[in-house]
Amino acid sequence: MNIDNIKKQFPIFNNKVHNNDLVYLDSANSSQKPQVVVDRIYDFYTKEFSNVGRSVHYLAVAATNLYENTRSMMQKYINAKDPNEIVFTKGATEAINLVANTFGQKFLEEGDEILLTELEHHSNYVPWHYLRKLKGIKINFAEINNDGEITIESIEKSITPKTKMIAITHLSNVTGAILPIKEITSLAHSKNIPILIDGCQGAPHLKLDMQDIDCDFYAISCHKMYGPTGLGILYAKKKWLEALPPYQGGGGMIRDVKKEGISFGDLPNKYEAGTMATAQVIAFGESIKFLNQIGIENIEKHESELTKYGEEVLRKNNSVKLIGNPKNKGSVLSFTLDGIHAHDIATILDEDGVAIRAGHHCCQILHDKLGLTATARASLGVYNTKEDLDKLNESINNCKKIFDR
Amino acid sequence: MNLKELYQEIILDHGKNPRNLKKTENFNKDARGHNPLCGDKVHIFLKIDENKNISDISFEGSGCAISMASASLMTDLMKEKKENEVKELVDDFLKMIKDSPEMKSKIISDDEKTKLMSLSGVKQYPMRVKCATLAWHTLTSAMSNSQEETNTEKFD
Ligand SMILES: Cc1ncc(COP(=O)(O)O)c(C=O)c1O
Repeated sequence: MNIDNIKKQFPIFNNKVHNNDLVYLDSANSSQKPQVVVDRIYDFYTKEFSNVGRSVHYLAVAATNLYENTRSMMQKYINAKDPNEIVFTKGATEAINLVANTFGQKFLEEGDEILLTELEHHSNYVPWHYLRKLKGIKINFAEINNDGEITIESIEKSITPKTKMIAITHLSNVTGAILPIKEITSLAHSKNIPILIDGCQGAPHLKLDMQDIDCDFYAISCHKMYGPTGLGILYAKKKWLEALPPYQGGGGMIRDVKKEGISFGDLPNKYEAGTMATAQVIAFGESIKFLNQIGIENIEKHESELTKYGEEVLRKNNSVKLIGNPKNKGSVLSFTLDGIHAHDIATILDEDGVAIRAGHHCCQILHDKLGLTATARASLGVYNTKEDLDKLNESINNCKKIFDR
Repeated sequence: MNLKELYQEIILDHGKNPRNLKKTENFNKDARGHNPLCGDKVHIFLKIDENKNISDISFEGSGCAISMASASLMTDLMKEKKENEVKELVDDFLKMIKDSPEMKSKIISDDEKTKLMSLSGVKQYPMRVKCATLAWHTLTSAMSNSQEETNTEKFD
């Protein structure tokens, strides 16, 4: 796989940042977009635009087909059983809110418990938190070990007879730990507990097979998968989408509307109320093609080699302290520098064209546990190279020089 | 303005070794501030005497060099200032951070102004403006003794 050729497909790299080449190390936050995705949005609006699923004219039918085509592509991409198990949302955040809200409404009662982990992003905590107030449920957190991992034992220990849902991340956006989600799913099912996976960090980097993992719900963020913003995907087993009530009400999701009552439409319309992010959905089809062309296995291998290289380089740098040391690690390198706050690091690195993220990365529970208020994080995408990681290290040294004056 | 000018000596000095980083004994006003973006935290303690002078001021907290330097410089500046002077200086400082090229207040020396001006570099880094203003907003809350935590997200 030729990274130069891949990088050339991303127009952002033609631009300079503070007169430097861009070293983009913030893909866990959001990935850059290949030209084909950008072009697809432009083409749709300039040549093919119409709303989907409403009118019968030529453009409306064509747009509807394009929209549904992405659903089928996604079904194949993650090996879901049925295209109707793919629900478009505005992001992973909305996907998780959809599940927490509808599952909470229908199946949760006072005293019931939800099991999360200490690694969770706020998106996989706050939606459940609402149910504390609304339903009087309790939230438990499976604890991380010293390496920043969640083991199956840690999950097993935290399950109680009252656990009604397990909701965990696939890959930590801070420590990089990849959770054994297939084993955890099978454990959950052995106790009759449904499981939701926050797949935001899993989907862009790992091969996915929903039927193999067998999870009940899997939330995906399209903008981290070389796709447009404003779009996410909820994979959910059909039995759940049929059993749960609708999430939002509006046009497109109803069958019959009378003054005395309403009946709801079939899947997938039931969960897609109102005009959806049509252009984004259609353009996301190009992201899937892009991923398929390279091959997710090749991406996985490339990023895993880079992560190892990055760890090596940063370990040799005495002032860097890496956060977490999981055996099975995704392409996230979080770190601190002695005596320099993460936000100062990020500002100084930015001057060199090196884009990283600093802060708690929406994981305050984890940072509290680690006794840190903020960390710096370099995260990788398909377009990154070893040179990028060398540049990161160089820029970190530059940062120390400035602070040691 | 470039980075070297933002992270100049005065900021690094105050950032790494903040002055007045302690809890004033017998303080009679205080307030906490928090910058949710960075996780910067500051807790300001004031001792106000019967003539409404700040007889002592200190802070506790943690955060980036900019926020610590700003709290350090501010606490140095505010000692022995009167209530109305505090308000004037906070307004003047916030204006300088936002858009004014300099501080106009007559109640502090040029030397003091120069020190504070070192923070004006954050203008180039909009995401960092809140780091520089946190302590100042929190001081305002402490003066009015509002119990609500100052949260920079509420300010622009
Ligand atoms: C682990 C994790 N969960 C959830 C989210 C939220 O995803 P979205 O931006 O699609 O709502 C993110 C992205 O920041 C994430 O990294």
